[in-house]
Amino acid sequence: MKRQLPIILVFICGITMVIQFFVPHEYSEDLFQYANDFVIVIGILALPVGIYSLMTQTVRKARREPKERLYSLATIAGFLVMIIAGSRREWFTGATSLSSNMFNYVLVPAQATLFSMLAFYIASAAYRAFRARTLLAALLLLTAFVVMLRMIPLPEPLSTWNNDVVRWILEVPNMAAKRAIIIGVGLGAVTYSIKIVLGIERSYMGGD
Amino acid sequence: MAWYDRLLAVDRRWIYLILAVAVVIPAIWTMHIPVSLSSEVENVFERVSGIQDGKIMFLAIDYDPSTMAELSPMAEAILRQVFRQNGRVVLSSLSQFGPAMTDEIMTRIAGEMGKVSGEDYVFLGYKPYPAITILAMGTDFRVPFPTDYYGDRVDDHPMMAGVHNFDDVEFVLSLAGGNAADMWIVYGNAKYGVPLALGVTGVMATDYYPYLQSGQLFGLLPGIKGAAEYEQLNESPGDGLRGIPYQTTSHAVVLVFIVLTNIAFFAKRSAQRKHGMQAGLS
Amino acid sequence: MGRTILFLLLATLTLLLLPGGARSAPEPPARLTARDNPNDSGHGILLEWEAPAGAESILAYEVFRLPWRPESEGPPHAPDTPDSVWIQVGTVPQVEDQRSLEYVDEDDERMLGTAVNQHFVPRNGSVYYRVRSLATDGTRSAFCPIVSGTAIGNWFHTQRVNALVIAIILGALMVYFIRKSAGGIKLYIRPIPGLAHIDEAVGRATEMGRPILFVLGTGTAGDIATLAAYTILARVARITAEYQTPVLVPVNDPVMMLMAQGTVKEAYLEAGRPDLYRPENIFYISAMQFPYVAAVNGLMLREKCATNFYMGVFHAESLLLAEAGSTTGAIQISGTDQVSQIPFFVAATDFTLIGEELYAASAYLSQDPKLIGPLKAQDFVKAAILLIALLGVLEATLLSSQWVRSLIEAH
Repeated sequence: MKRQLPIILVFICGITMVIQFFVPHEYSEDLFQYANDFVIVIGILALPVGIYSLMTQTVRKARREPKERLYSLATIAGFLVMIIAGSRREWFTGATSLSSNMFNYVLVPAQATLFSMLAFYIASAAYRAFRARTLLAALLLLTAFVVMLRMIPLPEPLSTWNNDVVRWILEVPNMAAKRAIIIGVGLGAVTYSIKIVLGIERSYMGGD
Repeated sequence: MAWYDRLLAVDRRWIYLILAVAVVIPAIWTMHIPVSLSSEVENVFERVSGIQDGKIMFLAIDYDPSTMAELSPMAEAILRQVFRQNGRVVLSSLSQFGPAMTDEIMTRIAGEMGKVSGEDYVFLGYKPYPAITILAMGTDFRVPFPTDYYGDRVDDHPMMAGVHNFDDVEFVLSLAGGNAADMWIVYGNAKYGVPLALGVTGVMATDYYPYLQSGQLFGLLPGIKGAAEYEQLNESPGDGLRGIPYQTTSHAVVLVFIVLTNIAFFAKRSAQRKHGMQAGLS
Repeated sequence: MGRTILFLLLATLTLLLLPGGARSAPEPPARLTARDNPNDSGHGILLEWEAPAGAESILAYEVFRLPWRPESEGPPHAPDTPDSVWIQVGTVPQVEDQRSLEYVDEDDERMLGTAVNQHFVPRNGSVYYRVRSLATDGTRSAFCPIVSGTAIGNWFHTQRVNALVIAIILGALMVYFIRKSAGGIKLYIRPIPGLAHIDEAVGRATEMGRPILFVLGTGTAGDIATLAAYTILARVARITAEYQTPVLVPVNDPVMMLMAQGTVKEAYLEAGRPDLYRPENIFYISAMQFPYVAAVNGLMLREKCATNFYMGVFHAESLLLAEAGSTTGAIQISGTDQVSQIPFFVAATDFTLIGEELYAASAYLSQDPKLIGPLKAQDFVKAAILLIALLGVLEATLLSSQWVRSLIEAH
């Protein structure tokens, strides 16, 4: 029964939502809205579990590894400071509020730093991956080279030619490949959904 | 160890260091790099140029601090242009960290240009779940946002009289650093038929060219280059044009890396062949 | 003399009143009809009309209706209501030589905050409309005759018949192939290297005595790619239970964390080693993309994971994770349906499941006829789509070819 109940629930909800898709009536739209609200409610109810997990994990790590204590402390301190910053209206609204300062001087630089690391990783991955091992790899390498060349100022008419070639690459072969993958993904998603709704696919729950 | 082996197995920290140096160069030596214009950016510029004398556009700030280097220049250039033309803007954010950035940009630019909240612009604020929020805004902006970001009732703003949903704005421009862009295409354009343009990061740009070709987007601002092209069209140089030299030097370095790794790769292969032939002869 | 002066005065007055020559009001739109807007929830009315003669001088059409009011404020407005009560609901531009025009009046909100929404279109109630033309010189026509329309809720979306047909065909093919497969006929699935190497990758971690990292992406529990990732997680967890190798699953969504705990627990139970299950190895980090990446990268470096799996929905973090993993020397297997992230994974990981290969994982790994059958059905529908696309390409190419056209026209 422990395994059957979720499968029955998935079947009922899945079939209901499939029917809902084909029925534009107001009752059907209300049902859709109700289902959406449910998603939000479940998300909010699960949040304390997530916070509990984060905190216990952090405390456990601090206990186990003395070298990690400082980082664990930073996590807990950050968590508490942001809760406090959001607890009073004047602390989280306005350009000089505690929340704004934490946002502008901690979160913004930290996030921007992490995102900018992407540039370094792209350079390193390009160095290792773009080698003309086979004909296909050589084609990929050549395409990447031409597309990246667009960012380098070239004398005319080279610049115009390069722009035209890059546009063609993006709009024809790139788009064709992407559409092929998207069609495959779309069909795969429909098939997978049908399998889940009908209870054929249940391996995501752990068993066979 | 042969030179090509050393080159092929180079410690990646050297790559990081060289790239870091390349990124710093434009900060030391000023460079002027020409920017070629593309039709997808020109289309956005033309539509924004039409937002004059009280007309309203919808600007969605759907990015977070990680992508602000690429997307904030777009937001600034567009807001300045609209305000200069006496146009009006409704703003919202579908990104968790969008409101603080939007508030900062709006307050600064509106202050500089003498524009007033409620009359020249309304910032609706942030709501989670992008798809549901867009669907609700299609009915009425007041459904997800009965009050604006500052807690004032949307109905109390004179600018919002008669402005209910996407039918009452000229178009939507979403500056997105994540999947909010897809949500706008699926729910904003496909469901409500609102004319839509996107400003996205350079990495995301190639994903959205198909929508440009299919007509679901009327324009696209791709990354820092899109921002720079826009500033050039708008004749107001800003962070977009300033960012181009950095992008040029870093791309040049990556291109040099690709050439180097392939030289080493082919040198190794030909050495192996030669060695193989000698081994075969002996 | 007096008559001449009077004539001149009148002529001057006429010219003053009609600057720029004779300005006559445009014709009102013709044959206005109002009916239920099809395929909606029951709060939309479709208005259709024809452009009048002289449409080239018309800029747009202004659509007016009688406002809605709740029963508590009185009965619905009748068509003889004075002009001042009518409200404008829309403006439809006259595009070049377009003859038929339409406008959908749609609004399902009775109240806007605390105020009554006059634009509300009631279900099963009559709404009165009239339309007038607006000329390019700013003059307006008289209104066309008033019409009324009633919105009704529709029970079937006729424009989704194509989706229904494809779903039925796919469903029928699935049943057919499941039966065929269950009947003992072996259906071929091409080798998928990423999946074929799962056992080997887990074995490697066991030999090295290091944990396995399983990243479920930054999607939500409702994404198909995430659900497919759970399938692979279940498989990996079963093998790790047998080999007694820990598997670490950091997640970015509490719902996903609870689901992952359930999946891994069930897999350990099935492998007969429930005692080895550690719920603390499946933990929540942050819903934010980059803090999540920072924490996972830190985990890779600290725990020195020997095998990293990246399965599910990924955005900009794909390369940040995969490159950090590659610096630790881990064997890496990735899979995502996010087209823009596939190149990053291909460049930085050892094996990548591209798009639908991720969804095929459960069928491939279990070789269960019930799961292989639908895969075959999917292939047939894909072949049909390919054929239709090919026909479309041929049609577009041939019709745009002058040479082909000249052949057709000649006959």
